[in-house]
Amino acid sequence: MASAEETARAADRKDIRERWLLSAPALAIIFVAAIGPLFVMLAYSFMMKGDYGDVKPWTFSLDGWTSVLFQRDIFDDTLGLADAHLTILWRSIRLSFYTTLLTLIFGFPTAYFISTRAPTTREIWVFLVTIPFWTNLLIRTFAMQQVIRNEGLVNTALIWLGVIERPLQIMNTDVAILLGMVYVYLPLMVLPLYASMEKLDFRLVEAGYDLYASRWQVLRRIIFPLVKPGVIAGSILVFIPSLGAYVIPRVLGGGKNMMLGNLIELQFGSGRNWPLGAAISITLMVLVMIALLFYVRNVSKSETGHG
Amino acid sequence: MGCCVPETPGKNAIEVREVRKVFGAGEAQVVALETVSVSIRENEFFTLLGPSGCGKTTLLRLIAGFDFPTAGQIMLYGEDIAPLPPFKRPVNTVFQSYALFPHMSVAQNIGFGLEMLGKPKSEIKARVAEMLKLVRMEALANRRTSQISGGQQQRVALARALAPQPKVLLLDEPLSALDYKLRKEMQIELKRLQSETGITFIFVTHDQEEALTMSDRIAVMSSGKILQVGTPHDIYDRPAERFVADFIGETNFLKAEVVGQTNGRATVKLSSGVEIPASLPAGFSPAGKVTIVIRPEHAHLAGANDKASLSGVVENVVYLGTDTHFHLRLDDGDAFIVRQQNSRGGGDLVAQGSRAGILIGSDAAQVLKD
Amino acid sequence: MARRTFDIRAQPGFGFMALLTFFALYLPIAALVAYSFNAAESLSRWDGLSLRWFASAWNNSTVQDAAIRSLVLAVWAATLATIVATMAALATTRTRPYPGLTFKYAFINQPLMVPEIVTAVALLIVFSRIKVWTGYSGMGYLILAHTAFCIPFAYLPIRGRLEDMDLTMERAAADLYATPWKTFRYVTLPLLRPAIIAGFMLAFVISLDDVVITEFVKSGGQDTLPTYMLGQLRRETSPEINAIATVFLALSVLLVTVFFFVNRRKT
Repeated sequence: MASAEETARAADRKDIRERWLLSAPALAIIFVAAIGPLFVMLAYSFMMKGDYGDVKPWTFSLDGWTSVLFQRDIFDDTLGLADAHLTILWRSIRLSFYTTLLTLIFGFPTAYFISTRAPTTREIWVFLVTIPFWTNLLIRTFAMQQVIRNEGLVNTALIWLGVIERPLQIMNTDVAILLGMVYVYLPLMVLPLYASMEKLDFRLVEAGYDLYASRWQVLRRIIFPLVKPGVIAGSILVFIPSLGAYVIPRVLGGGKNMMLGNLIELQFGSGRNWPLGAAISITLMVLVMIALLFYVRNVSKSETGHG
Repeated sequence: MGCCVPETPGKNAIEVREVRKVFGAGEAQVVALETVSVSIRENEFFTLLGPSGCGKTTLLRLIAGFDFPTAGQIMLYGEDIAPLPPFKRPVNTVFQSYALFPHMSVAQNIGFGLEMLGKPKSEIKARVAEMLKLVRMEALANRRTSQISGGQQQRVALARALAPQPKVLLLDEPLSALDYKLRKEMQIELKRLQSETGITFIFVTHDQEEALTMSDRIAVMSSGKILQVGTPHDIYDRPAERFVADFIGETNFLKAEVVGQTNGRATVKLSSGVEIPASLPAGFSPAGKVTIVIRPEHAHLAGANDKASLSGVVENVVYLGTDTHFHLRLDDGDAFIVRQQNSRGGGDLVAQGSRAGILIGSDAAQVLKD
Repeated sequence: MARRTFDIRAQPGFGFMALLTFFALYLPIAALVAYSFNAAESLSRWDGLSLRWFASAWNNSTVQDAAIRSLVLAVWAATLATIVATMAALATTRTRPYPGLTFKYAFINQPLMVPEIVTAVALLIVFSRIKVWTGYSGMGYLILAHTAFCIPFAYLPIRGRLEDMDLTMERAAADLYATPWKTFRYVTLPLLRPAIIAGFMLAFVISLDDVVITEFVKSGGQDTLPTYMLGQLRRETSPEINAIATVFLALSVLLVTVFFFVNRRKT
């Protein structure tokens, strides 16, 4: 009797071993070229910076971490807040928040519009959102530049219409970064929103109208709560890459209006402060993790809530 | 050859010996099969009947080799096949969802087993043609399986499982996806195939009518146990346990008391005080209070001059076309249903609310074990 | 039929907002494409239609090299990622939960969770060291880095397909005397093929599009098309960049369209 059970258990063990072997190559590649380096970076953040970039190996220092928020005064060597870093941190969070809000304001009606089309045309609308989604991010950023640069579409049109005389300076401002991020990340909002709206049971909407709800009340009390998981998913999918944006502020922000991504690059480039760059990177990662945890908690809550 | 029930019990094709199956371990342990033993004879159409979760599919999967028993042996013509993987067992399955390979044609599906066995091409070709003819699908040999109807898919699944000439064919609720009319046709078709091929069929179903129509013998299962094995006639007319009686057909349960016994028959006293004869399950001799079952069609409403065994008030009359059901509330408070066949013009209708007596046929009552 | 009936699904202004959004999604792309046909020397003027910048980009050997490098890199990374992702998907689906399964999910999807710039500088730290130690500074680093972040994209559709497939087909094959290897070869693999193709194409597009990680991992003279373009954007841009972007865009649209139809045929 026990031997039959024993053979079953042995078969289970063999199955699990085979499954580990089968997944080993993927795990190994991701370890070597994604996860492992993060740990090395963590170690680097606690080392002393090298004179020409890199670090002095095995020399412990907290300088990298202190300089994330503080800077040493050149004259009296006292610590003061690193205003530049705080400005950049604040800009990153603020712009990411605005981006999420704006993509939601435009994305929600769009996703709703798509999900209320006939099934065949619906596919085409989704396809139209998918194309920009899979188009190179750099190209889309560059495309936005064509619209907002001084000789670009917007300024040319406004001057031609006689609204303004001289071109508006949009490029190299925070507004340019914001416009770029909204444009680039909009599909990331529309797609998950659409996914949850597509499943919306319109009999519930009918029931709402039957019980004397107005259009606004139906939207607020029935549709919105039902698609909330999509709203949360979309918001997270937009907020996280916005926070880590690098290409968009670099191309549209013109070097001066940096976000965290550009600050990190600066430390590994002309800043020659790798430990600081590593520390900022880890800070950015922690911010992302917090956003993800918020997402996981909310999704599990709304899932149990709907039972 | 070709007849349905062998006169003498033939060789056993499958012998399930004290097989037990437990899924999971520790807290999450689920016993799918209590210790179960059953023998299935050669050339038999054997049905495992029971509600979902009763263990019938588990038993079938153990025979097929998709799962392995926690304990016990499964003998195929005297050889223990329990530890063998499915591809080493000369047993084939017709799956509930057919499981036809969507990337292969009808003919490729049917030839798959023979191909895997490494048979020569010419033999495969001949055998596939033979099978296509057997299930009358010659015209659709090169179709994709997604391009044929549900009934046709069913035939292909059968042909595919029969092609390697298995010693036993396992059928896992193969008709459940078909509509009523097609299901009736396929029931007859399956019987024909079984008698033409002479292969032992083990058929799993939850549909009692299907089981009664097709089987040589039926095993009724519940909660991982086999409750009764017998011919359809035995199972229907002589249920040994309450579950079997209840699961198959409509039944009246009555409280009674055994007052006498002579070789396998008993005399029981009903609540009305009337004594009637009743059959006993084999090897069971009860005393005192028992439950008896009487099928609704084995009872009649008493005429004015008859001496009724039971009496009560007619609470409801349900007209069903071929027959009429009379729902009665007996004097002791129990419910009782009488089914009477309708005849044209014959309309001595008993009105709702009126009192009526019940006549019970001399061979109608059966004592239950529990 | 002039009477308007009440539409259950309508919400006021939503249609307008949606159309505005679609307009906004395609206006910049249209502008980019339009300027690539500009005959003028710089982007500040419009001198009429011309294909001169396409010709100029085509004859630019730096662009040629970068384009070829991008394609070679994408083929390598997508192929490797698809192979290991298929194996990983087989190992992580259609099973009862086993110790380490959640760990594997987290591990495989990790490249999606971390901002690209963070992974990029972490790779810079490690690979620059290794380059010094080994003296090797070839394409291997880029292929490895691209493969790593392509894995989750290749994994996603393959895992999805496997989860939709129960084990019935494999059981049927085993029932019909197919050994485990034959079952995989003749049943599982053919059934997985559309998902494997989809996974490969996703990985291919992702690799082709990458700027940030490539920028930090590449050694001198290893520009891909996106990093070349990023470099050019720092300077005063000529419509040649638009021409390159337009061709790139056309390629992406083509791939997505093919992907769309491959997927649709499957369902």
